[in-house]
Order: sequence, then structure tokens, then C-alpha cells
Amino acid sequence: MTNTTVLGGIDPEITERLVSRREAIRQGASTSSKLAAGLALASVPIAIAALAKDAYAASPLPQDIIDVLNFALTLEYLESTFYNVGVGTSGLIPASDMAVFKQIQKHENAHVAYLLAALGDAAVAKPNFDFTAGGMFADVFSNYATFQAVSQAFEDTGVRAYKGQATNLMSQPDILTAALQIHSVEARHAAEVRRLRGLDGWIIQKIGNLPAAVNAAVYGPGDPASDYPAEDNIVQGGVNLASITNYGTDPLSAAFDEPLDKATVLKIAGPFIVS
Amino acid sequence: MSESRHSPSTQLVVDRPLTAGSRREFLRMLGVGSAIVLMPTMFAACSDATGTSGGTNTAVTLDLSTDFGVLNYAYALEQLEAAFYEEALKHIISGCTQAELHALLQIGQHEITHREFLKAALGSNAIPTLKVDFSSLDLTRRDVVFQTAKMFEDTGVAAYNGAGKLIHTPAYLVLAGKIVSVEARHAATIRDILNPKSMDFAGDDVVDANGLDQAFAPAMVLPLVAPFIVTPISA
Repeated sequence: MTNTTVLGGIDPEITERLVSRREAIRQGASTSSKLAAGLALASVPIAIAALAKDAYAASPLPQDIIDVLNFALTLEYLESTFYNVGVGTSGLIPASDMAVFKQIQKHENAHVAYLLAALGDAAVAKPNFDFTAGGMFADVFSNYATFQAVSQAFEDTGVRAYKGQATNLMSQPDILTAALQIHSVEARHAAEVRRLRGLDGWIIQKIGNLPAAVNAAVYGPGDPASDYPAEDNIVQGGVNLASITNYGTDPLSAAFDEPLDKATVLKIAGPFIVS
Repeated sequence: MSESRHSPSTQLVVDRPLTAGSRREFLRMLGVGSAIVLMPTMFAACSDATGTSGGTNTAVTLDLSTDFGVLNYAYALEQLEAAFYEEALKHIISGCTQAELHALLQIGQHEITHREFLKAALGSNAIPTLKVDFSSLDLTRRDVVFQTAKMFEDTGVAAYNGAGKLIHTPAYLVLAGKIVSVEARHAATIRDILNPKSMDFAGDDVVDANGLDQAFAPAMVLPLVAPFIVTPISA
């Protein structure tokens, strides 16, 4: 493939959209319509990557949106680096489970690429990580059980983190949609890793079988707890679910996941981030 | 790891009643059947022997420009999902393991909880109980039950993802977010049951090259579920 066929190999209609998108950008179209154009091209990520940088840099996103996306990027860097090392460590992940973690690895790297494309020059740098979390998970890349536990902590926290940011993205409908699309993928990951560890895919009360302090943080309340309750919460929208069903706390708490605020998420992720 | 100190029995507490193993017990736990008559609303979508439920034949219109319309759209989908599990668990599903039945039971409980929550939250603005029809499905077949569950859960995820931007009130968006990730956990679980430890829990058929799950507009979702809903719905 030569340089000139990068677009030539793509459906002419898509090429046309790419061109009109450039035109739209020149004319100062809104950032959301630009992201919509990017989303329409979801099947051609190379084209997005090639265009996104100049596109988004040409008309920067609002700072509050950039902050949310950079927060997400930091978490995706954490996850992608974790799986890149884990999948690349021979003897860590048994062959029987490799397909699962390779799929998760693929998605987390795709999320990093997607957010980088959206942020352009506004993207934060990739931090340095310590996946032992200062020694708490000393054997994270030599003991598969520890690797799985850290994976579950990242995935379940990731779900809570994206959920907690949704309302901050309402001014940018297409970015909100993309964030929701990442959010449900993280939930699929979380469910699968929980099942590999012998748990149910959903969070019953605060059950995670993680080391006590980590478990308490990952499934506990955020700040303020009134807005970010722990995962065992059974009061939704002012309705106590026990009053409208005949179920106990197990299914009622599992039926709803809970969001977390940014500060609490960063407190959980903090021990893994060196700089 | 210290995690082993947490007794596995804690998480499996809901397994205990299943040792009885009876279908009757399943239905009782789901809140379906004659054993518990605490919540009349929970029986609204219960089916008769033909797989067709009571519920309205009168056409329902969803005004998706309002939050009530979007929440009723969610309520319609949750009615359908809940009714499906209620119906499926009335059958003896051949070849279905205890663990698989346990997963179906829990998912059914979650969907019924979603349905009852949305009904309560909507109050007098709620659409009526929809008439559903699963008579086209052979629910004694494990593959039919799980393939249909997969379709409903994946569709549910895509529907919530697509509807998020239609919501005007932040608190409602948060509630939708609290539900959609549980739908995604269901979808992954069903997919893992169908094809264990494969990439299918978040397969390339539902997650694109950017790592994004599906997001469907209501106009795309309603035709997918129309074969199982007798009540005409327009949006």
C-alpha cells in the first residue's frame, strides 16, 4: 500500500465524509459534530488516528471536557500498560484464559488510542506505574491469582469512574455516547474477570474477594457518600428497592452499579501511579 | 493473598435455596408463581400457557423528546427482559446446569427490579403493562434460552448507550448508567456461558475497533424487540 492509497482503499463515501469533515472543521464546526464525524468512521480507526490530531487541535474542546477525557486517559493508560505487561509475561496467564485477557488488552489499548485521538495535543503524558502498589501486590506478575485480583480492581473501578463522569459530558452528546460505549465494555471486562475468579459477574453487596483494604475502597462509598454510595446501596432515586420488590439485599444491590467521584477513583489508583 | 480469608460462602449465599433444586423454588425466588403474593405488580407480565402475557393491546407512543418518554422506553425494554426470564424459568431447560440456572435466576431478579423501579419512578407517567409473546421460542432448549438472553442483553446495552444523550436530567442519566453496566455484566455472563473463557464476553461482534460497545437509537432497537411485543409501540 502506498501513501496515496491510504484513503484510496476506503469506500468513496467515507473518503467524501473525511473531506467534508475537514471542510467542516475549517468552517469552525462544533466539537461535538466533529466527534460525530469521527464516530461515523469507527470502522476505519487508521483514518481517525490520522485526522484526529489536527482536527481536535484546530478547535480545542472545552477545558472541563478535556479534564474528564484526560482522567479517563490516565485510567486507560493504567489498564493498558497492566495488560500489556501481563499478557507479555510468559508463564503468568494460563493458556486457557489467554483469549480473555488478550481481548481485554486489545480494548484498553484501543481506548487509549481513541482518547489520544480525541485529545490531540491536550492529552496528558503517560504516567509511570507500579503495579505492585508499593508492595501490596508484590507478586502481581508472577502469581496469576494476584494478577486477576488487580485486574478485577481496575475493571470494577473503571466502571464506577466512567459512570461518575457521565453527567460532566452532557454538554457534548457524542462524547457522552462514546464514554458510555467505553463504560459498558469495562463492565463486560469486569464481569468476565469476576467469573474467572469464581465470583458472579455482578457486584452482590460489596463482594469482591480482594484484600480487605482494597475491597473496601473499590466497592465502598465515594465523596460525598450521598451522591456516590457504596455498591451495597439499595435506595435508588429515593426509592427503597426493598419496598417495591420481595427481594433481599443481594439481588437488589447487584441490580444497580454505583458511580464514583474522580477524587475517590484517584485515591484508589494512586498507589499504582508513581508519577 | 489475603483474599482467601473472605469466605466464598458469603458470595454463594443465594446458592443455598437452589439445593432444593425444584423449579417451584426458582419461581418462588423470582417472585413468580403462587408461593408469594406480596407484589401484585410483579405478576403483571406473567404469561399463560401459550407464552402470551396479559397486558395492553392499545398502542403506546413514546415521546423521546422528554425524559419521561426516554424512561418509558427503558421501562418497555425492562418489561420485555423481565418477562422473558419469568417465562424461561417456568420451563425445564434441558441440559442447563445448576450454575447456569442460578445465573438466569439472578439476572431475572435484576431485570424485575429494574422494571419495578422504573414503574415506581414513573408513577402515573408510566406506560401500561405491555403484552409480550414468547410463543415463537422453544424455551425448553438451552441454546434458545441463552441465545435469546444474549440478544436481549446486548440490545439492552446498546439501547441504554444510545439513549443516554436523550436524557436531560442529570440524576436520570446517572440512574441509566447504574442500570446499563449491570446489563453489560449480564451480557458478558450469558456470552461466557455460551462460549466459556473465549473472547466472546466482549466479542468483536459487539465491540468495535475503537473498543466501543454498541449504541443504538430507539428507531433501531424497537424493530429488534418487536417480534416479542404484541403491544404496538411507536417513538
